[in-house]
Amino acid sequence: MTTSSPKLYWKTFIALMALLAITWSVGYIDLGPFNLVFALAIAMAKAVLIMLFFMHIRGGSKLLHFVAVAGVLWLLILLSLVLGDYVTR
Amino acid sequence: MNATTTAVVAEQFDDIQQQHSAAKLGMWIFLATEVMFFGGLFLAYTVYRFTYGHVFALASRHLDDVFGGANTAVLLFSSLLMALAVRAAELGRRKQLVRLLLATALFGILFMTIKGFEYRKDFVEHLVPRFDFRWDGSDAANAELFFWIYFALTGLHAIHVTVGIALILVLAALASAGKFSQNFMPVEITGLYWHFVDIIWVFLFPLLYLAGHR
Repeated sequence: MTTSSPKLYWKTFIALMALLAITWSVGYIDLGPFNLVFALAIAMAKAVLIMLFFMHIRGGSKLLHFVAVAGVLWLLILLSLVLGDYVTR
Repeated sequence: MNATTTAVVAEQFDDIQQQHSAAKLGMWIFLATEVMFFGGLFLAYTVYRFTYGHVFALASRHLDDVFGGANTAVLLFSSLLMALAVRAAELGRRKQLVRLLLATALFGILFMTIKGFEYRKDFVEHLVPRFDFRWDGSDAANAELFFWIYFALTGLHAIHVTVGIALILVLAALASAGKFSQNFMPVEITGLYWHFVDIIWVFLFPLLYLAGHR
């Protein structure tokens, strides 16, 4: 079986909605630079939940994990090298 | 031989398991290239927010977070429906599959409808770059830049949602004709694409609507 029980999908959805409620309400509080850090942390948590349970990374092959991580890693290389330039000017 | 009785394993594969793995791997590699496709715009966003953070925060507050937040919920729910549809396909429940696919597409259409009303509001409030763009504060050029990036990112995302809706409707038609009785991979693969589009929006919502607290 590739897919999971409907219960797990519903739990994932409820967790995603809870995270949406948190990120939305924190958007109304001034945390300075931590607004961005917090928002990105929650977005990443949501992305991980979607990938693990909706996209079946959990229970997927090692090769699949590798490709999923590579996609994110390449984006991080792009962002960090360019930002490294801007931050140190 | 008609489609439902044809052996579902293509000749280059040893067995159905290997064919499934290859299909999934291919889709994940495509999605990795999609990350880089959106990545260029995310990079532009990152650099300009780093450089003009103050005016980006001000510009972000002009967007209506009720549209953005509601649309996040709509897409998350459509992802749940899609995950349930893939399960129905794997279990060979044809009627349930058709219903869930149609419901997923319906929520995709709801997302696009809300987005349409939001774009209309942006236009009325003179937030569309080059179309009578108006900015009260200082640094109007960089505020306009924020809205360029906003329309580029949400526009590219909206194109992806539209493609997803079309794919899901085609799947629903095929499913009602009984095409997925032995091979549910097309449903699973399209599901991966739909969840990916959802993930992009999960990042767009805080980055565009919640940059600079309200």
